[in-house]
Amino acid sequence: MSSEVDVTAPGIGLPEGDDAEAEAGLWRRAYDNLRSGNLGVLPIVIGLALIVVFFSYKATNFFTADNFNNIIVQMAGLTMLAFGVVFVLLLGEIDLSIGYLSGIAALAVAEFQLAGSSHQYPGLVAIAIAVGLCAFIGGVQGSIVAKVGVPSFVVTLAGLLIWQGVILQVLEVKGVIVIQDAWINDTANHYFTARVGWIIAAVVTGVYALGTLGSVVSNRRAGVAIRRPLLVVAKVVGVAVATFGTVAVSNHANVPNGLPLAGVLVVIFLIVLTFLAKRTPFGRHVYAVGGNAEAARRAGINVARIRIIVFMISGGMAGVGGVILAARLNSVDLNVGGGTLLLDAISAAVIGGTSLFGGRGEVRSALLGALVIATVSNGLNTAGYKTGTIYIVTGVILLLAVTLDTIARRLQARSGR
Amino acid sequence: MGASSGFVVGNATPVSETPILQLRGISKSFGSVQALTDVDFEVRLGEVMALVGDNGAGKSTLIKCVAGIHSPDSGQILFDGKPVHIHSPKDAARLGIEFVYQDLALCDNLDVVQNMYLGREERDWLFRLKEPLMEQRTAETLKSLSVTTIRSIRQPVASLSGGQRQSVAVAKAVQWNSKLVILDEPTAALGVAQTRQVLELVKRLADQGLAVVLISHNLHDVFEVATSITVLRLGRDVGVYEREKTTQQEVVQAITAGIPTKVSGIPETTPELAS
Ligand SMILES: Nc1ncnc2c1ncn2[C@@H]1O[C@H](COP(=O)(O)OP(=O)(O)O)[C@@H](O)[C@H]1O
Ligand SMILES: [Mg+2]
Repeated sequence: MSSEVDVTAPGIGLPEGDDAEAEAGLWRRAYDNLRSGNLGVLPIVIGLALIVVFFSYKATNFFTADNFNNIIVQMAGLTMLAFGVVFVLLLGEIDLSIGYLSGIAALAVAEFQLAGSSHQYPGLVAIAIAVGLCAFIGGVQGSIVAKVGVPSFVVTLAGLLIWQGVILQVLEVKGVIVIQDAWINDTANHYFTARVGWIIAAVVTGVYALGTLGSVVSNRRAGVAIRRPLLVVAKVVGVAVATFGTVAVSNHANVPNGLPLAGVLVVIFLIVLTFLAKRTPFGRHVYAVGGNAEAARRAGINVARIRIIVFMISGGMAGVGGVILAARLNSVDLNVGGGTLLLDAISAAVIGGTSLFGGRGEVRSALLGALVIATVSNGLNTAGYKTGTIYIVTGVILLLAVTLDTIARRLQARSGR
Repeated sequence: MGASSGFVVGNATPVSETPILQLRGISKSFGSVQALTDVDFEVRLGEVMALVGDNGAGKSTLIKCVAGIHSPDSGQILFDGKPVHIHSPKDAARLGIEFVYQDLALCDNLDVVQNMYLGREERDWLFRLKEPLMEQRTAETLKSLSVTTIRSIRQPVASLSGGQRQSVAVAKAVQWNSKLVILDEPTAALGVAQTRQVLELVKRLADQGLAVVLISHNLHDVFEVATSITVLRLGRDVGVYEREKTTQQEVVQAITAGIPTKVSGIPETTPELAS
């Protein structure tokens, strides 16, 4: 704690409309942040760039528009699960059931679209049932954690076993269930035409810019200074470049050609969940409970309610991911929800910078982490490496990311932040 | 939402006549432990009432009865002259009673504004947090309390010193149009300079017309800010002293020897006694 510095510092951060000063402040803050180890998304973006450059040299058909589209679709399901993981980790809890819970969703969605069965529903209804079921299961598991006080590790470990068992029991009889419904399969297999792709890019950029403008205006109106005007502009430009760039590359791909719907779904959930986490009282309370549950309780927050809802989100996102993963294969088999899915989802959130101890992390870290994992796995595959190598490299990256983050934390603690 | 946008800084308000909070004959036992026995206690607007006593004297238990955490076995709580029943901290908050505890009840990972509004966030019809409004009001509240050492109210509370954090906890307690603020050992975890910072703030609260109850076993601190002092000993109130008309020795004696003036009817040696 740097009490000395703070005590002598000038008054509280009251509005000061001087742009030049604010700009100087931006550089100073950037420098302060660098020095104190508060690096934000910088390390992971640089890491990702290095990974891409490496595989572009290593494998001839890695740095192609086609493969770009591949990676998007490959990572979509995983990213959905990782979004849910971020919320659970923000509470300082864990959810080990999401892998097989996504399998339950896949099973449900396949079952409820089954042609000729007594329970064939339209694709969207089947999806809603599957996701709702997983959210409900998450809510039950969360209630046992929040109301009874059983550690989430144990409750969701039990969930992992139970849901795996259910999947085995059902599919041992049925074998493989083929998904024929176009709506369901489209979640992973639909590609927009070039024109629609551009429109989507324009809408996303426009909405983001308008939202940013709105908050700038309301800040101005309340007399609150815009702390980093350059950064605000840079973010809007960044979003525009990213969205239009993505569409440009996707439109350039041959098979499959066009922007994948799965990627758009990821972005939609990114926006909605980020809004939930950062702009609503609920999200604020999630951070509060993860930071100091007792303080949150004293502040009148219903801690149990927050915990239960978060486990519902985790379950629901596992459901969404499960549907997309099943749609990609157009079928559900005995392997559904298994393999490295669970650990990849947790790794994604952690690689992206979300703390395992609660109270610190961002929704976007799930996307960044999943991007790293999917790119590495795709790159190694393309370069002809075997599964064993992929596991080892992913493990090393996880270790590196967390070690880097821990060192950064230490530096921050030392510089009194 | 009853957020006031800070206080009007005024001159010292005269201490009012009727007590804002009055406890009559409060008793509380935990199994065989008689924590409180027939305790009377009162505090007025514009007054800093210190509640002192040795460890285990029952200070925390007494205020937890006011907070609705414990319910007294017998006795009466009057707020603003009217009998009230407080069953939860929410009931207390509704009356305008707020609490600050020793163990800094803030979320380290949230910034000052977020902590100030924790659990009572301002939001619009879309459930969006009204960040600019909350930031502006936080700035105003801190300014009105002359809490000027915090560099940015958008920095995480983890980066603040102990005194600054406790100042935020106090500001958080008073920004809800509260009438009575009860601080349980707010400086116990703080160093000398930090303690001074918080005590100054406590004084300012009373100057602005709030009633303040300050629990402490540091008599030096108590004599610096309190207008009156209630002494608890072994769960009984053994006297109320006016700071102006008493000495530290006298209070120390009451704490340790506990001249039970009220209980056994020994002739009054203190200038003022709970009636
Ligand atoms: N929840 C409880 N259960 C049992 N005994 C308690 C409880 N709270 C306080 N006590 C007892 O009541 C007495 C008064 O405690 P407390 O009010 O914390 O004292 P103080 O705050 O003055 O140090 C002590 O003997 C303590 O052990
Ligand atoms: Mg105590």
